[in-house]
Amino acid sequence: MNYLSAFIFTGITCFLAQLILDNTKLTPGHVTSIFTMLGALFGFLGLYDKFISFAGAGATTIISNFGYSLYKGAYLGFQEQGIIGLFSGLLTKGSCAIASVVVFSFVFVMIFKPRD
Amino acid sequence: MNLDEYKKIVDQLTPKENKSKNALIAFFVGGAVGVFAEIIVTVLMHCFGVSRTESYLWTCVIVIFISCLSTALGFFDNLVTKAKAGLIIPTTGFAHSITSAALDYKRDGLITGIGANVFKLAGSVIIYGILSAFFFAILGVIFYG
Repeated sequence: MNYLSAFIFTGITCFLAQLILDNTKLTPGHVTSIFTMLGALFGFLGLYDKFISFAGAGATTIISNFGYSLYKGAYLGFQEQGIIGLFSGLLTKGSCAIASVVVFSFVFVMIFKPRD
Repeated sequence: MNLDEYKKIVDQLTPKENKSKNALIAFFVGGAVGVFAEIIVTVLMHCFGVSRTESYLWTCVIVIFISCLSTALGFFDNLVTKAKAGLIIPTTGFAHSITSAALDYKRDGLITGIGANVFKLAGSVIIYGILSAFFFAILGVIFYG
């Protein structure tokens, strides 16, 4: 059952993104930025927690989860440390994606040669 | 030949993208990525005893690992062109943009090439993610306390 809801949630998100890509002049860069900001917005509205409990990893694998985790980090940072927590907590949860992308891409680019 | 005729011929010859087909492909590929991530979570939870929240982080890292590796090996570009949003919206698109930028600028050196250009495409995601998260967090603090 979890697999089905993950399939439907991620599928519909990508479906909507593809509709935006095909019917407007926005580039993939625009669309990913918009979806990241929507993730932060849905996190603020409290909807993203429901998405995650509904679709599980389906909701945490899309780029919107990055915006959501940034929001969550800043919000929880404020709860713990006050105003400075907004700044110091912001990247704590989203750090996983940035750090792993930088490490893996650098290592693999050093190992493999670019084609043509 | 006047301008109208010319436009007609251009319209006829421009290959039309099948929008509904594109959207369906994006739906199924995106869904498959979601199911794949959910399978990793299940395996981690049952075979390695990782907690649910931690397994989401592991899944994120594993998906990024796979897409960085396959981009560096050179066959991920074709997949992204075919599946479009199906692979752009999952974290795979984020990893793909960074790795392909690093590959493209590798010959310009470590600092002026890779270092300066890696976040060329993904930078907008990080910048606007941070900005929106910051302002929504302030709103969240005001509304929820």
